[in-house]
Amino acid sequence: MPFLIFAFAFLILPTLNIIIGSFQDATGAFTLENISQLSQPIVLSAYLTSIELSLVTAVAGGLFGFLIAYAIVLGGLPRWLQSAVITFSGVASNFAGVPLAFAFISTLGRLGLVSVLLKSVFGIDIYQAGFSLYNFLGLSLTYIYFQIPLMILIITPALEGLRSEWREAAENLGATPLVYWQRVALPILLPNLLATMVLLFGNAFGAYATAYALTGGTINLVTILIGNQITGDVLNNPGLGNSLSLGMIVIMALSIGGYTLLGQRTSRWIK
Amino acid sequence: MLKKRASGSAWSWLWFALGAAYFIIPLYATVDFSLRAKRGELSLLAYANVLKDPRFGETFLFSAEMSLLTIVTGIILIVPTAYWIHIRLPKLRPVMEFITLLPFVVPAVVLVFGLIRIYSHPPFMLVSSPALLVAAYLVLALPYLYRSVDTGLRSIDIRSLTEAAQSLGATWPTIIIRVILPNLRASILSGAFVTFAIVMGEFTMASLLVWPAFGPYMDLLSSSKIYEPSALAVISFALTWGTTAAIQLLSRRIPGQAPMAGLK
Amino acid sequence: MAFLELNDVRKVFALQTAVDNFNLHVEQGEFISFLGPSGCGKTTTLRMIAGFEHPTTGQIRLGNNDVTARPPNQRNMGMVFQSYALFPHMSVADNIAFGLTIARTPARETKKRVGEMLALIKLEALADRYPYQISGGQQQRVALARAIVIRPQVLLLDEPLSALDAKIRDSLRVEIRAIQRQLGITTIYVTHDQEEAFSLSDRIVVMNAGRIEQVGTPFEIYNFPRTAFAASFVGTLNVFPATVVDAAAGRIMVDNIALTTEAITTAGVGQQINVALRPEMISLNESERHDGDNQLTCVVENITFRGSIVRVQVRLGNQSLLVDEFNRPDLNVPQTGHQIVLSFPRNACLVLG
Ligand SMILES: Nc1ncnc2c1ncn2[C@@H]1O[C@H](COP(=O)(O)OP(=O)(O)OP(=O)(O)O)[C@@H](O)[C@H]1O
Ligand SMILES: [Mg+2]
Repeated sequence: MPFLIFAFAFLILPTLNIIIGSFQDATGAFTLENISQLSQPIVLSAYLTSIELSLVTAVAGGLFGFLIAYAIVLGGLPRWLQSAVITFSGVASNFAGVPLAFAFISTLGRLGLVSVLLKSVFGIDIYQAGFSLYNFLGLSLTYIYFQIPLMILIITPALEGLRSEWREAAENLGATPLVYWQRVALPILLPNLLATMVLLFGNAFGAYATAYALTGGTINLVTILIGNQITGDVLNNPGLGNSLSLGMIVIMALSIGGYTLLGQRTSRWIK
Repeated sequence: MLKKRASGSAWSWLWFALGAAYFIIPLYATVDFSLRAKRGELSLLAYANVLKDPRFGETFLFSAEMSLLTIVTGIILIVPTAYWIHIRLPKLRPVMEFITLLPFVVPAVVLVFGLIRIYSHPPFMLVSSPALLVAAYLVLALPYLYRSVDTGLRSIDIRSLTEAAQSLGATWPTIIIRVILPNLRASILSGAFVTFAIVMGEFTMASLLVWPAFGPYMDLLSSSKIYEPSALAVISFALTWGTTAAIQLLSRRIPGQAPMAGLK
Repeated sequence: MAFLELNDVRKVFALQTAVDNFNLHVEQGEFISFLGPSGCGKTTTLRMIAGFEHPTTGQIRLGNNDVTARPPNQRNMGMVFQSYALFPHMSVADNIAFGLTIARTPARETKKRVGEMLALIKLEALADRYPYQISGGQQQRVALARAIVIRPQVLLLDEPLSALDAKIRDSLRVEIRAIQRQLGITTIYVTHDQEEAFSLSDRIVVMNAGRIEQVGTPFEIYNFPRTAFAASFVGTLNVFPATVVDAAAGRIMVDNIALTTEAITTAGVGQQINVALRPEMISLNESERHDGDNQLTCVVENITFRGSIVRVQVRLGNQSLLVDEFNRPDLNVPQTGHQIVLSFPRNACLVLG
């Protein structure tokens, strides 16, 4: 079947090549040298930053996205608003990379609308105060822009799946709204919530274009390091490129696997 | 209880308003910025400059061409496969699920890295051929395209259609072209639009494989110009909006199309 | 002073009045059914009793207190939903224990009462299963246990059996009634299945379009329906319009045929009334005829065998009448197209308002 050949050639083969290449030296002999190179300070710090960035944006974007999803599904907002938000989220979750970077430069860059406004109206110079769009904080704010809509898209069906009879049954048995949330709604949502955050983690972890476009490749992330390996900017060492990639694949596989497993849990509850 | 409802919806409005502000301000700022190319007044100068730049047309066309190639290749590869799996080989389902999940596990940068490692030396010298770019794009679009076709196939009784066509003496190519494709039009189109949106905005693959595509052009412009990139961002955003609107219209009756991770 | 009272309760939604002029007094330990067609306001009334909806006007009293404004979590009423509504992330035992846990009942006591409940619903063996691991009938038994373990003052059930198949429905019905008798819980049971209402209830509330048509024991409802709706909703009924000729003597005219009923008190001479006749009260058999019975000559239109009864459809002037006869081997089955003589006693005619 041509499709399988295609998938093998352009998807499975490169992956296998990376995995095997991680354990081979230039002559093809087995070695753990590439893996041990991951302990270089620059590599370690890249992994650390990537993980931190993904964690922070997954949790922050996830919580904020959850609150918005809650507001539009259960918060008593008009019905049309819900579909508007969902449609917008569909667009915004794909609004990443170069254009997103420009949007944030226009907003929070040195000449950005908000930066200028804060300075001229409130006299606050955020750049003097140590803020920069081109470091961790700025990148986090930018990533959250595509994290929130993804959260909304995935968690909305779960919130809609919270049946009103559960709340009524709980209240009927004496539960206050708070107790209902503690004992019924949150425990039911929790696996889904965690699953989605794990997915958001992977989503940020694999991101390259946004970070590159915003920082010009100066921030030390794993994806940027791999990109530099390809363009040959720094430490051109194919063995390291392989092991860096392998590390990413492992972390991504763990997060996608976690997402799938956690998701199965709730789908078993809610047939 | 009524009181509780009212205060509950006040909180909802607050969260919604915060979210709306967070999402709308950058868009507004981009539009605003793109109109400020002339000192002291609002103008469309930045847009005019962008449209005048021959590289804009060239890269835009290049990306459009690539997305068309990706879509056509994708349909040729995926539709018969998905159909065949539905009719004859449901056992291969999990394999397909795995393959369509892989692009999420292997981020674009990593995939490019692997592709370059394999196809930059004999026997397969492909790095300088657009075929490799199309293949890479197709891998990115694979999950969306496959899922779209798969849900489309699920929503029609494909087996009865096939058997009815067979009993009337149709051959396999006839069945696929005359019977299956027309019934899948909406889901294929919707998959095609997603692919189009992905390819038009794609930066990682094109830039690392060194192709003059639209994504790298946007980035290139940012190093030399101030206002024009914002104009480009607005254009690109409008493009995404347009395709998404088209998808929404098409997929209103095809569920299960939530976009997923991996394109950033 | 009744245990549970609904006084002049009315509920208006944006688009329509769902419940109107609803007055009902329920005694302690009574089993009451709300019976009526879809959309007549049964669920809405039940939800007002539970506190999930607020009456637009009117009052609900429980044990001599006005509870109209009391939130549902302070009403101490157990509710069983049509869709079970078990908490999916809790085991059977935890589901049953939920109300007790919230009330901070000591662990020992909770365990003991949950154990008793499990014994009562005969599901001890499934205590650690999750709702998705047990059948619908079992889920509904758990839901029942969860509602009664808190010793509610009133048990509310909204079509609890309608999602189950016929066999389980019948056995669970018996079980619900047995448990209710054993514990003596005041119970309100919503259903649109008349058989269910008849076999379970002390009293039935027949509802239509948001109003009470009639309240009475199953016997009263079946034998003495007071409105055309109540009469036609329970059992099969022949209803036809008639003109009163002599109210005191019960003489009426139906399509130029003179009939006699019991004395008519609700209408005067010359007025139009509706007369109802149960098919099983009409006889085809000469030997069952008594002096003073009404007699009609009709043409047989259709005959249907329905197991224990034979249903004969006859034409009388412009009307079509149904007649049910017990199916006995010696039954003289009439033939389609033939003329026959029917008879029925005068007290078989129900005069509807
Ligand atoms: N929340 C609501 N908002 C508006 N109208 C409602 C609401 N709940 C019920 N209604 C309307 O009130 C009427 C009574 O509804 P209710 O659910 O009480 O009927 P029911 O007797 O329980 O019917 P069924 O046997 O189908 O369950 C219906 O016409 C329904 O459409
Ligand atoms: Mg109802």
